[in-house]
Amino acid sequence: MMRAVVKGAASILAHTPDLVLLGSKPTREIPRFDGLRDECMAHLRSHEEAVAYAPNQAFIGSIRPDRLADVGKPWYEHPIEGAAREGPYGEIMPEDEFYGLMKAADVFDLIWLEEGFLSRVAAKLQGHPLLGDLAGLEGGKAISEVEEKLDRGEALPLNFNGELVGCVCRAHEEDEDLRAEVILEGLAVKASAFLALRHLLARVSPTDPRDVDYLLDFGEEAIGDRYQRGGGNMAKAVGEMAGCLNASGADVKAFCCAPMHAIASAAALIQAGIFKEIALVGGGSLAKLGMKFQFHIKKDMPILEDVLGGIAILVGEDDGVSPVIRTDAIGMHRICAGSSAREVYEEVVVKPLDKLGKRIIDIDKYATEFHNPEVTVSAGRPDTPLINYRALGALAALRGEIGRGEIDDFVRKHGMPGFSPTQGHIPSAIPFMGHARDMIMGGEIENAMFVGKGSLFLARMTNLSDGVSVILERNPALKGGD
Amino acid sequence: MFAGKNVVAFGERDGVQGPAIAKCLTAAGANVVFAVTECVV
Repeated sequence: MMRAVVKGAASILAHTPDLVLLGSKPTREIPRFDGLRDECMAHLRSHEEAVAYAPNQAFIGSIRPDRLADVGKPWYEHPIEGAAREGPYGEIMPEDEFYGLMKAADVFDLIWLEEGFLSRVAAKLQGHPLLGDLAGLEGGKAISEVEEKLDRGEALPLNFNGELVGCVCRAHEEDEDLRAEVILEGLAVKASAFLALRHLLARVSPTDPRDVDYLLDFGEEAIGDRYQRGGGNMAKAVGEMAGCLNASGADVKAFCCAPMHAIASAAALIQAGIFKEIALVGGGSLAKLGMKFQFHIKKDMPILEDVLGGIAILVGEDDGVSPVIRTDAIGMHRICAGSSAREVYEEVVVKPLDKLGKRIIDIDKYATEFHNPEVTVSAGRPDTPLINYRALGALAALRGEIGRGEIDDFVRKHGMPGFSPTQGHIPSAIPFMGHARDMIMGGEIENAMFVGKGSLFLARMTNLSDGVSVILERNPALKGGD
Repeated sequence: MFAGKNVVAFGERDGVQGPAIAKCLTAAGANVVFAVTECVV
């Protein structure tokens, strides 16, 4: 039977400080308090600062997440010396280029950029090693046209370094689901997902885009109109932009758990022989920019939720070297299962391990939620990765696999610090995919388990949460050590 | 200590979820009038 393998994973960030003001929380809070907008602007980071930020370097693969334990805290005061924009899995794109990318992603003339700004950005993107072929970077507007559009209330402003450089227009006069805010959210997803997919296919795992025959988008954002809110299909839109001309696709929705559902589904489709190369894509969440900005301002620290994330993963037929997805041990949180941490982990972690005759401690590394704790703890929230690793360690102790006093050792050995921006589906296990693939292929670890969880209850249709796990392990063709 | 008490339970996805809290408190004799789980990250 054909096995499914992970042939590569790309992770990108787009540093978008001006878009922080258009995040859901800042949009609601800034109008309520005099001076808050200025305070927000004063606490935004430069692109250089975002590049040198250690968790961001881990995200693009320049350092292993474990190395964060050795970086001084707070991380934002301990930049990585000589940090580069490009890393093994992707890049950290500056905001002006990202506006250009959104312009290229826009096929309905909804992103208007001032002509001088657009020509400068187009020149930068044409010089980008992976983006020289981008189309749609013409048709700049006079700034007066942009201002008139804004004055009529038909658009949202796009600023760069606090200066107006363009706008995003609504796509319909009355449709709430096509207003400018929603269009911007969708184009931010499309552009960031495209950038990750381009890195994946052009650099991380060189593949002719025409050889991709299916795409699955695992992002949380809903695209559609008033008659089919969330109708989709972002996967196909991203695939079109990336030149995956022979592919079709669909969106997988399950909040932050969607990436794991997508990986499990892709592996099944490969193993069934239906497709040979499946690209999984997810773009960044505009709404989540600046979610905790007031806490960060109060602590006089930079607003760290200033990046959009994008991840792309290539799942394909067994190539004899890439890590294998164990489709015989996919963990699923069934509807009948309970919601306590123990019940969730029994269901999603222990049951699939039991199928393989493995113990919890037989998995070398666990990828759970990777929310950067510097972002959350400063806002009075928990260190989410840590509490998940502790819950797993406690379960291992309950099962007698380790002693009760060894839980911290378990966390150090089988876990890692959180290193992802708080972008919903983005921090959900998958930022470790590129690292895991390289660590498995390099012989550092034998296997890794990816555990995704989803907050289904937020949609108020159920009180259920979600959970799916996937085990990745060294390709058996490599056993014996080569 | 919860017998006969009206309870509003707020849970967290990665901590203790609302239905789990409600189940415990109901077993302890409380009247759970509202239970919800939120995602705080």
